[in-house]
Amino acid sequence: MTFRKYLVLAGVTIFAAAGDSMLSHGMKQIGSISLHHLPSVVLAILNPWVACGILLLLAFFAAYMSALSWADLTYVLPATSLGYVLLALVARFVLHEHVSLLRWLGIALISGGVGFVASGPEITTHHRSKPAADAHQSRVAAASGVEG
Amino acid sequence: MTTLYTWSAIAAIVLASVIGDVLLARAMKQVGDVGALRRTAGLGVVIGHTLSNTNFLLGVTAMAVAFFSLLFALSWGDVSLVAPAAASLTFIGNAVAAKIFLHEKVDRRRWIAAVLVATGVALLAG
Repeated sequence: MTFRKYLVLAGVTIFAAAGDSMLSHGMKQIGSISLHHLPSVVLAILNPWVACGILLLLAFFAAYMSALSWADLTYVLPATSLGYVLLALVARFVLHEHVSLLRWLGIALISGGVGFVASGPEITTHHRSKPAADAHQSRVAAASGVEG
Repeated sequence: MTTLYTWSAIAAIVLASVIGDVLLARAMKQVGDVGALRRTAGLGVVIGHTLSNTNFLLGVTAMAVAFFSLLFALSWGDVSLVAPAAASLTFIGNAVAAKIFLHEKVDRRRWIAAVLVATGVALLAG
């Protein structure tokens, strides 16, 4: 893992958190969409908050695709969950909102989960890592009882 | 009735996201390390390889379905229910799907992480 790769993972986290919150804010301004007025979903794009949110989510998508090209899905995904921690910290220390004990517990659990994954290898499939591929093949062989 | 709508939309989000994530992860593994590819062949080649990958296009389609399901869910239910419920169920679904379809080595460390993150995300709604 190089510094550049950590930067990409940080981009995944921050763009997703910022994009989601802008999208949510915009959709709240628009209000309920009924099944009988489907075109109003498309018109939602005209809302500036929704538009900005979509742009940020596109940036998230580019960073996410880049990360998936050199890391496992189960390694990259917890990185996106750090965005929830980021949002809660912003709510507490920037917006001075009350963050309940349950939410702090949630933050601790997510951080712990991310720590668990981050301390392991970022890729385990045969596409990249030779030792992991060997381990995978022997596991498959053992499971099917053919050889090894 | 709104509750049924909301949970149906959440189920649609989870299913479409898991399918999309697996297809996109498979596509990007086929394209290869985009950082290395960009240095040797240029950004145009990276974008060309990605956009012409069938798994990528199918994955984006699934993600678009997930996105519009999210818009519907958000208009019917609270963001404090929809976002964490969809996110935490997607984490568990992805861990299972990554093991089955991507042959990722989801060891005890990653199962624990998936459960911790899913629980943590659900708690953030409280």
